[in-house]
Amino acid sequence: MNLELAIFYFFAAMLVGAATLVVTIRNPVHAALFLVLAFFASAGVWLLLEAEFLAVTLVLVYVGAVMVLFLFVVMMLDINLVPLKEGFARYLPVGALVALVLIVEIALAVGPERFGLEMYTDPVARDADYSNTKELGRVLYTTYVYPFEIAAVILVVAIIAAIAITLREKRQTKYVQPEQQVSVTRKGRVRMVNMPAEKKKK
Amino acid sequence: MFDLMREALSFLPQDLVTVLVIISKITIIATPILLSVAYITLLERKVIGYMQVRIGPNRVGPRGLLQPIADGLKLIMKETIIPTKANRVLFILAPVLTFIPAITAFAVVPFDYEMYLSDVDASLLFILAITSMGVYGIIIAGWASNSKYAFLGALRSAAQIVSYEIAMGFALVGVLIAAGSLNLIDIVRAQEGSMLHWYWIPLFPLFVIYYLSGVAETNRAPFDVAEGESEIVAGFHVEYSAMTFSIFFLGEYTAMILISLLTAIMFMGGWLSPFQGIPMLEEMFAFVPGIVWLLAKAFIFLFLFIWFRATYPRYRYDQIMRLGWKVFIPITIVWLLVVGVALLVDLGPWFD
Repeated sequence: MNLELAIFYFFAAMLVGAATLVVTIRNPVHAALFLVLAFFASAGVWLLLEAEFLAVTLVLVYVGAVMVLFLFVVMMLDINLVPLKEGFARYLPVGALVALVLIVEIALAVGPERFGLEMYTDPVARDADYSNTKELGRVLYTTYVYPFEIAAVILVVAIIAAIAITLREKRQTKYVQPEQQVSVTRKGRVRMVNMPAEKKKK
Repeated sequence: MFDLMREALSFLPQDLVTVLVIISKITIIATPILLSVAYITLLERKVIGYMQVRIGPNRVGPRGLLQPIADGLKLIMKETIIPTKANRVLFILAPVLTFIPAITAFAVVPFDYEMYLSDVDASLLFILAITSMGVYGIIIAGWASNSKYAFLGALRSAAQIVSYEIAMGFALVGVLIAAGSLNLIDIVRAQEGSMLHWYWIPLFPLFVIYYLSGVAETNRAPFDVAEGESEIVAGFHVEYSAMTFSIFFLGEYTAMILISLLTAIMFMGGWLSPFQGIPMLEEMFAFVPGIVWLLAKAFIFLFLFIWFRATYPRYRYDQIMRLGWKVFIPITIVWLLVVGVALLVDLGPWFD
């Protein structure tokens, strides 16, 4: 067994193990952390496929940003686990049925008759100076420029919608405009009064 | 040197020799980093001391030079206290998770023409991705400590780091557009010519924003609300003591060194001599190895970290967020357009 295969099995085992734990572990914070580990392990597998741009972006976007916010929310929610687990036996048949249907669907869609190993030639091993970042960028901005731009527009709309939903009519916080705050001078705040000393009346 | 090592170990299998060579390279990079972390703490205390008209540590060893060793010994000897009802595994794991990303990023840092651990094509992205993982240590520490102060510190820090990462990423996009490469070695090569060819002139706003975001990312003053001792005691590491605390400390200072090195590499010409292109001086200083220049440049930025801490009062939390989102990000976006136009019109001497 060469080094590359050993690394692949290491990351693959880590990925499967972490993914299993995400759904089986009780503590939601632990589950989120195992999801991070799963992302990380799959990035490792992608690196072995020489897809370094995708691998690094996976870590950057999902591990570095999305999961941080996810963890943020999970930690702040005081999730009571008891009601979540209620009725496990009652919903088990329905859940099992849904799971079964999903597995069959996935197997039909990505089964060996379409995605089997014999359908594809071995990926070409590129030289060390081959930059798949450049290749990906080239394809994204030439062949797929319209889908790419449409996706960008949809994302912008989603961002604006999210901001608009959370924007309240009235400001609840006592927020001070920093530019006004910075431009404050003594003249605007303090008035020096010149007055003669007074004697206390008896 | 490594060829010699390969020859000496040629009786071992090839893969194993490669691993051994890599491990020895890692040791050569990591040991000076850890040592310099120790002495940066001394430097910081001394410099801030003199800035505040004090002397700073001067008892242990000549002029206090052994102070970091005494501190280290003290931290090792002390008891590691794990709070009741803290999540033990995550509590221990958290400091490790802040330290590992900071030191892993050094894997792609080029120190000289041929002096680096690995020549990764997407090294800029790699650094951004790896350093973005440092936030987990802080969040996990806050949550696992089972303390409200630690948790508040962790939440503050998580929001701050995620916000400043965006500005940092955009600043890096500027560098990438200018150099036409994600490879740090190629980025330095693209700045060759003279001091005026370095990217600090055409990318000046991005340079400032990158460095300041770096200060914010490492939770250093004036952006250290995650610690904020006047409000939330010491933030995410309130409950930490002894070695667990010192590993947090190591992580923070390693990240400082990393940010300083990266700023020097991306905007100040990395290992290139500042006298390049100047007739007399270039030959006079030709004997100086590139790594000396790189470390000298990085040292300036490290000193700035300390100088900031002694100079500025801490930012208010909402102002930090405002600075990140409403000032830094718009400026970087505008400057990306400027860089794009400059590239289109081949603005010399940087983009021709």
